[in-house]
Amino acid sequence: MDYKEILLEALNSLATNKLRTGLAVLGVVIGIGSVIALVSLGQGSQKSVQNQIQSLGSNLLTVSPRGRNVGGVQGAGGTGTTLTLDDALAIASSNKVTLVKNVSPEYSGRAQVTAGRNNTNTQVVGVYPQYAEIRKVQMAKGFFITKRDVDGMTYVAVVGPQVASDLFGEGVDPVGKTIRIKGIAFRIVGETQAKGGQGFNNPDDTVYIPLTTAQRQVFGVDHLNSIAVEAKSEDAMTEAQNQIGYLLLERHKLKTPQDADFTIFSQADILSTASSITGTFTTLLTGIAAISLLVGGIGIMNIMLVTVTERTREIGLRKALGAKRKLIIFQFLLESAILTLMGGVIGIAFGVVVSYFLSQAMNLPFVVSLWSVFLSFGVSGLVGIIFGLYPAQKAASLEPIEALRYE
Amino acid sequence: MMPIIRVSDIRKVYKNDSVETVALDGVSFDVKKGEFLAIMGPSGSGKSTLMHILGALDKPTSGKYFLDGKEISSLNEDQLAEIRNKRIGFVFQAFNLLPRTTALKNVVLPMVYGGVKKEERLEKARQLLEMVGLADRIDHTPSQLSGGQQQRVAIARSLTMDPALILADEPTGNIATSQAQEIMNIFVDLHKRGHTIVMITHEEDIASYAERVIYLRDGKIIKDTKSRKISKKLV
Repeated sequence: MDYKEILLEALNSLATNKLRTGLAVLGVVIGIGSVIALVSLGQGSQKSVQNQIQSLGSNLLTVSPRGRNVGGVQGAGGTGTTLTLDDALAIASSNKVTLVKNVSPEYSGRAQVTAGRNNTNTQVVGVYPQYAEIRKVQMAKGFFITKRDVDGMTYVAVVGPQVASDLFGEGVDPVGKTIRIKGIAFRIVGETQAKGGQGFNNPDDTVYIPLTTAQRQVFGVDHLNSIAVEAKSEDAMTEAQNQIGYLLLERHKLKTPQDADFTIFSQADILSTASSITGTFTTLLTGIAAISLLVGGIGIMNIMLVTVTERTREIGLRKALGAKRKLIIFQFLLESAILTLMGGVIGIAFGVVVSYFLSQAMNLPFVVSLWSVFLSFGVSGLVGIIFGLYPAQKAASLEPIEALRYE
Repeated sequence: MMPIIRVSDIRKVYKNDSVETVALDGVSFDVKKGEFLAIMGPSGSGKSTLMHILGALDKPTSGKYFLDGKEISSLNEDQLAEIRNKRIGFVFQAFNLLPRTTALKNVVLPMVYGGVKKEERLEKARQLLEMVGLADRIDHTPSQLSGGQQQRVAIARSLTMDPALILADEPTGNIATSQAQEIMNIFVDLHKRGHTIVMITHEEDIASYAERVIYLRDGKIIKDTKSRKISKKLV
């Protein structure tokens, strides 16, 4: 059989009615286009969430106190007071904990910060120098909190760029200036680089001070509200988590993990939770887009049925001249597959352009994965075959005599 | 020698709900190789049904049909398609050319289905179009051709696979009288070259181009004679 000849005939018959062909293709273009665009946006937002989480530190384990039990009611996570600096030092020095690289004890709270007549309510974090390494804090100007600051309980502060611009205005070097935290004067020794976060725990809208100063002078507490621990490697995360867990159980004189007055969660946990949320979101959107693809497919089927009816005489003639059943099916399937593949290609291009502009507008990374392109192309061909099968079958089953008589 | 066509006791009954219509009621005849036969009859005589059976487009309810020594009535759909492609050349009343398709491509079509090589089929189609006097019209589409010219394209198409039988169904029915004679001359010419032709018609003067005429009425053969014109010549 001469497939090239049949392909040419199929193209020819599609070219005969350009408007109709165009409209049938449009349905598939919209379907495939929206699948591509939404998958791309979904992946973009997933990537963006992952980037943000990863920028907070890698191989990171966070120990935080469980909520306080008050009369059998458990309070919110992080409100407990059982986690202490000694716990953090023990994690760093104990020979039972072997897979840990860095430990950063932290106490953070919100406080009013003023400079001259400007003031802002911001997050104040008491830190050890290890904080910068674990949390990937980069300095734009000056230096981070040092060991000497912590030991000497000095009144120095490092500010995030957001705080700096809130207090001193855009583009002013804050290093050397004085701010007041809860009325206590601190000298600024450094400014961090912008990380681009939002909402709670925005690292750009934070003031860092020595942990000792924070606990005793600013907040008047002697516990921590988190210990950040960097494991030696990604593979060591789980084991490190166990080692820390058992050490703290022992130190807090607790018998079983169920009694633990602290929780340890890893970056991977947060990442996988966030990924599963954005993943669900992506799936949902793609599902909606798939419905429009289904509608496009039904449009193709409709057009093909009209075509078969219109060309009844032609089909009868072809059969009279010796076209076998399979060949008629092939011819019509080819026509519908060409329609949908055309729609697929245009739809992919359309979807990529749309997702590019949307990701620009929504400030997301622009991600178009190759698999979604290939999958869409395959699906568009499949749609043509599935929705073309019934019309093609109908064409092939026409009785040649009846078809030749058809007016 | 086995005749090209042997029809023996063919019956065709159409069942519509509970009503049975007998279209052919025990028809038997032979057509020898090289014969030019016309089948005549008023409408409802069963001549179209007979034509469909001879063309392997339909199967008889009972009876046997041999084409070129091969029993046709027992074949399946695809085998029938192959017979139509290779053994039968059709010429229809309504021409039945593919619209928006050039004369050349229309003539090529059966050869595409028959698996003839590309260069061969273009060569052959050109030759046949030349033979029917349309050498200068091979790139015209049906809408650019007159009825007579369209029918000549259809005749060229019917010859592409060197069929054992040319089957013409009212070939001049849709053509102006002035052009009908040209068409019939082509058939006479083909007959002289040794082609076997079976033609269905209800017009006496068209039938008179054939050498033999079978008259049908109510699904039965009522007369099987030498054509008037031929017999006159013989006298």
